[in-house]
Amino acid sequence: MNNPIENLNKTFDSRVRLGIMSTLMVNDQINFNDLKQLIGVTDGNLASHIKALEEIGYLKVNKGFVGKKTNTTYTITKSGERTFQQHLTALERMIKTTK
Amino acid sequence: MDARQQSLQELQQIKNMMERSSKFISLSGISGIAAGICALAGVWFASQKINYHVNGDYNLSKIKDESQVSLQNDLLLIALLTFLAALISSFLFTYLRSKRTGIPLWGTTTYRLLWNIGIPLAAGGLFLIRSMQLEHYELIAPGCLIFYGLALVNASKYTLGEVRFLGYGQIVLGIINLWMIGYGLYFWAAGFGLLHIIYGIMMWYKYERVSKGINND
Repeated sequence: MNNPIENLNKTFDSRVRLGIMSTLMVNDQINFNDLKQLIGVTDGNLASHIKALEEIGYLKVNKGFVGKKTNTTYTITKSGERTFQQHLTALERMIKTTK
Repeated sequence: MDARQQSLQELQQIKNMMERSSKFISLSGISGIAAGICALAGVWFASQKINYHVNGDYNLSKIKDESQVSLQNDLLLIALLTFLAALISSFLFTYLRSKRTGIPLWGTTTYRLLWNIGIPLAAGGLFLIRSMQLEHYELIAPGCLIFYGLALVNASKYTLGEVRFLGYGQIVLGIINLWMIGYGLYFWAAGFGLLHIIYGIMMWYKYERVSKGINND
């Protein structure tokens, strides 16, 4: 049997990325401030993780406006959803197979 | 820490984030208990008033003397005060819980929850105001229970899922009440009073008893 850890996605190693992806899985879209509050990180830290996830193509950035203020929201992409689902399955398998 | 432990912890983190970001989970069981007690008190006051006026006939549509208007106003006032007391006390305990868990009370999830409770409640409220204008007083008690139940079922997607069962209970009571016109106060005591208290105790027992744990299921 191969090592179950191989199936775990390295991209989701960080707590912040895990938080972003978990949140996006269950919300159609979410904005920066809500995300910041939920995960509890600094602006810079969150922004850099978002950028990384965007570059891999796991999330999509939508720039919009609320009145005159910019309102940037994030949505999960198909590939992001699939990869995260695989990550979840891998985690579950780890728990079941290793004793 | 071994790999299994780590995976388990990570899954728990994911679950926690999903819940926190999509649902309003600060709702306290004690809020339910408090609202239930307010409702029972309100029902007690109302029944005293009705007894005073017409010696125990609970069917408002049968009251046909000049005291009717003053009784109606008294009952409306009691209903309003009960509602306010229940609202304030349930808000208070939920506020305290959100302080304890460190989850902000006002956010996207709160807005979503209130909006989804609000739609059935507002529609129901208008329906009942119109029923009163048309003097169908017998519909008020079952109507309140049914629309409140629908609001809870609708809201359960945006807060603790168990709220759904509280909603089912209210709807069932409301429907039975439709065929037992005149016993509205008893049904209110059962629905707004007892069901809230039972639900509140169960929720408190499940989620809040261990002061540090949100999910220990």
